[in-house]
Amino acid sequence: MKVLVAVKRVVDYNVKVRVKADGTGVDIANVKMSMNPFDEIGVEEAIRLKECGACTEIVVVSLGAPQCQETLRTALAMGADRAILVETDAELQPLAVAKLLKAVVDREQPKLAILGKQAIDDDANQTGQMLAALLDWPQATFASKLTIAGERAEVVREIDGGLETLSIGLPAVMTTDLRLNEPRYVTLPNIMKAKKKPLEVLKPDALGVDPAPRLTTLKVEEPPKRQAGAKVADVKELVAKLKGEAKII
Amino acid sequence: MAILVIAEHDEGALKSGTLNAITAATQIGADVTVLVASDNSAGVAAEAAKVAGVVRVFAADAPHYGKPTAENVAALVLSIAANYSHVLAPATNFGKNFMPRVAARLDVAQISEISAVVSPDTFVRPIYAGNALATVQSKDAIKVITVRATAFEPAATGGSAPVEALAAVADTGQSAVTGRNLTKSARPELAAARIIVSGGRGMGNGENFKLLEALADKLGAAVGASRAAVDAGFVPNDYQVGQTGKVVAPELYVAVGISGAIQHLAGMKDSKVIVAINKDAEAPIFQVADYGLVADLFQAVPELTAELG
Repeated sequence: MKVLVAVKRVVDYNVKVRVKADGTGVDIANVKMSMNPFDEIGVEEAIRLKECGACTEIVVVSLGAPQCQETLRTALAMGADRAILVETDAELQPLAVAKLLKAVVDREQPKLAILGKQAIDDDANQTGQMLAALLDWPQATFASKLTIAGERAEVVREIDGGLETLSIGLPAVMTTDLRLNEPRYVTLPNIMKAKKKPLEVLKPDALGVDPAPRLTTLKVEEPPKRQAGAKVADVKELVAKLKGEAKII
Repeated sequence: MAILVIAEHDEGALKSGTLNAITAATQIGADVTVLVASDNSAGVAAEAAKVAGVVRVFAADAPHYGKPTAENVAALVLSIAANYSHVLAPATNFGKNFMPRVAARLDVAQISEISAVVSPDTFVRPIYAGNALATVQSKDAIKVITVRATAFEPAATGGSAPVEALAAVADTGQSAVTGRNLTKSARPELAAARIIVSGGRGMGNGENFKLLEALADKLGAAVGASRAAVDAGFVPNDYQVGQTGKVVAPELYVAVGISGAIQHLAGMKDSKVIVAINKDAEAPIFQVADYGLVADLFQAVPELTAELG
């Protein structure tokens, strides 16, 4: 079966972003960019499906600026077979991304679409569920274990308070959670090989989708800053402060 | 303006996040309806009817709402969504699962995890792990919103809304819950706990979390963990506090062996009082802690537990 994995180029998770002085957004000029960590888990899962024979081809898709090609090359170096970039400089919000991905899915006809549960920039946690809804496919979000059995998949999901096992018919959308796997590192020979793998560039118009944003960002601000308190010398002083000063215990 | 809030419950009682979502709803407008989908809704619906600010409760009963799937909850919400200007749910794994499905089918944006209501079409939401707050405006006819529980007080009791039956939508059959493995604990839930004791990579292994459990039991606290501790396999994922785990704001948060990565701070920096215990005096967690103790946790935690006895 064919597996499609969506990958997003985001500010690296180690970078602490700064809000622009004019309040229009965050400053991402000259900041390290990486593949969204949950999408990396998605690529890894697809590769593992291929290694165990459940998957025959892995197509990775990204949407956005031309630089997303770097993110796609990383996915190809990890082990994906081919890449598609839906290229646009316009702002893309989750609904638009889901519509564009639906158009790509209609073309590619994968049995499984894997997305990260959330991107660490806008923290929206929407796109996978929206894609599933637009395709009228079942979904398994926040996956921590995937087993393919014929025309169905069994997915263990992270829910509040524990785990849930879901049986879903394929085709389906799955979104990844942290414990699904640990993504591999890319090796230099694989980076070289990835340069020769096919990467197709499409425009939103060609997919017949209007990606116009639905939400207008009026302003972006720094959150109120928390002041550091005092150091205490020992446990006794800590307990005294919590009882006397904070009156919490 | 008519506002619909989707109740999260455990088939016995409302989950706390529902009450925070109702508060957010009342800040948008006065006509608040709560939808309870359940295998046996009577108890939960009666509880929802008593929440102040609720004017109507819809109770939809069907076996497939007992362990609901996103497809089935979304289909039920969509059967009445057109009558509302706003649809809200708590931003828990329950709400996050089906709400984007509802939004996509309505062809509207979802506004995720709002932390403030500015006006009926304008909301504040954290982005970049809470390092920035975006004020966003929606021009969509129906606003689909998930609510960050810690940003809104829980709604009080004191209402007496009528409960009406709502027709269930047939099981889509697209997916089925075949098992659940819930962490059994006598301790309070992370989302509702007054005190939380959390451990990080500094705990060394899962066995050492027993030290925290002993302290938590003394304090009547819940036990949490940083992503590093979950990543290292010390504790299950549902312990995780942070950007991609749970967001909490208890009265007291005790961070033990947690360095204070951005991702973790995102989940706990709104706690009222923060205590940090870490042997590294330079750990970033001390920059947000009200009380910092530079010490070896393996000595300090048992000592603290004993001191509280």
